[in-house]
Amino acid sequence: MSIAAPQGGHEALDVNAVRRDFPVLEQTVRGKPLAYLDNAATSQKPRRVIEAIDHYYRHDNANIHRGVHTLSERATAAYENAREGLARFINANSAKELVFLRGTTEAINLVANAWARPKLGRGDRVLITEAEHHSNIVPWQLLCEQTGAELRVVPVTDSGELDLDAFEQELTGEPAIFAVGHVSNALGTVNPLEYLIPRAKAVGATVVVDGAQATPHLAVDVQALGCDFYAFSGHKMFGPTGIGCLWGRAEHLDAMPPWQGGGEMIKVVRFDKSLWNDIPHKFEAGTPNIAGAIGLGEAAAYISELGIDRIAAREALLLEHATRVLSEVPGLRIIGTGPHKAAVVSFVMTDIHPHDLGTILDHEGIAIRAGHHCAMPLMERFGVAATTRASMAMYNTTEEIDRLAAALTRAREVLA
Amino acid sequence: MDLQSLYHEIIVDHNRRPRNFRRIEDATRMSEGHNPLCGDKLKLYVLLEDGVIKDVSFEGSGCAISMASASLLTERLKGRPEAEAEELFEEMHRLLTSDSEAEADTDKLGKLASLAGVRAYPSRVKCATLSWHTLHAALEGEDLISTE
Ligand SMILES: Cc1ncc(COP(=O)(O)O)c(C=O)c1O
Repeated sequence: MSIAAPQGGHEALDVNAVRRDFPVLEQTVRGKPLAYLDNAATSQKPRRVIEAIDHYYRHDNANIHRGVHTLSERATAAYENAREGLARFINANSAKELVFLRGTTEAINLVANAWARPKLGRGDRVLITEAEHHSNIVPWQLLCEQTGAELRVVPVTDSGELDLDAFEQELTGEPAIFAVGHVSNALGTVNPLEYLIPRAKAVGATVVVDGAQATPHLAVDVQALGCDFYAFSGHKMFGPTGIGCLWGRAEHLDAMPPWQGGGEMIKVVRFDKSLWNDIPHKFEAGTPNIAGAIGLGEAAAYISELGIDRIAAREALLLEHATRVLSEVPGLRIIGTGPHKAAVVSFVMTDIHPHDLGTILDHEGIAIRAGHHCAMPLMERFGVAATTRASMAMYNTTEEIDRLAAALTRAREVLA
Repeated sequence: MDLQSLYHEIIVDHNRRPRNFRRIEDATRMSEGHNPLCGDKLKLYVLLEDGVIKDVSFEGSGCAISMASASLLTERLKGRPEAEAEELFEEMHRLLTSDSEAEADTDKLGKLASLAGVRAYPSRVKCATLSWHTLHAALEGEDLISTE
């Protein structure tokens, strides 16, 4: 992440005030104050998101787009308002380009099935990277099995960055699709999309970006990026689970057949032929997660009000601190050491398995992730079965990171 | 529940110096166990003769709980009748799964009971039972076909 110091006139975030926005942080776990350092798995929810959902169910709950009664109109307005807010959040050209889905996983599966499947065949290539989350690998693998297309993979270097020479080499094979993560959940590496996307577009690839780890940490402008599709999940960005978005260029979404059929996605249903609804509704079959969408809209508003630049500046400070103090822990090796990273530190410790660390840290009230982080090929690339990962959000503190470092040192004593 | 009762000194010791950590060249049974959550992987070798476990060993990698559990298993079952393995497997289940009504027989389990602390960590129970499931599969399986 290229993080500028807070701009003139912008004060740094008031961390204590931000922490007070998150009720869940006010608890002790196993007798210690909770230090929640598993934000890449899912982030915590600010009070106003929780309240927006609560308000919807208490006052406005109704099905959308079909009732003429007052509640239905309110629910529809709130749902569509959320869509508009989110479209502005990623600078989409229009709210029509934003489809509400369950999350990143469903969004990528939609692109693979409705956009790519009808177009691809034997001889075509789909290009992904070695650092992808399983949700940006498996849908493409399934697609390749179904169409006979070939899955190609750009490797990462020892520092966990994309191997740009190998990327260039792959482009000579003119892939039809290039699917790439904006920010790696396993290592924190921020991919240089401003370089990758124009290069991939120049050879005619459709570019699909997995933005699950980007939206909570850096400003996303889909028009400036120049990609074709951008997927993200609500729960990673202080919103609820079970809701996320696919942004796609209107001309692409218009050209795509529906993926799931049902209510809401149609204009007219006849047994000889039905007429599909307009985008984005064409891809929103069935009663959607209305409360989730409203909560996600609120989360995006919250991020915008805090200021994504101030969030990024705060996280850069936490990353710098974590990298420094964790490097000093005996026997600890950080995996993912590139210069552009989100606030994620993934590491291994000699002779101590990540799951033992996870349990010992839990005893100190520290929540981290131990495992393969849904990136098994990447773990294999680094010759480890699993890593321990601390992933920070703007509400984390340097004290929490110091507690982590101290607990890691103690873990060595327990298991020695 | 304190950490010392999970990472009991017996467990720490067996993790650091796993017993019977080797391959049995003339094993009659072999099974592989995998815990995808932790990435624990182990191979269990058994030399079974006339219903007796003449030798049992393992290879692999994993967390301290899974390594120690496998090591303790081999130490305990070497030279014992096959039927005892199945009995202990059930006893281990009682020891580790918190919803079991009956108390586990810790006298019978002996050192294996040092894994009791795992019960308080539901996400780690699979680590402790992996070697037992793998042994069960090996004992249920067919004899390896000799390549000689
Ligand atoms: C980089 C990345 N991509 C995709 C996903 C999948 O997101 P979801 O599970 O919300 O669909 C995640 C979350 O685990 C992720 O971190």
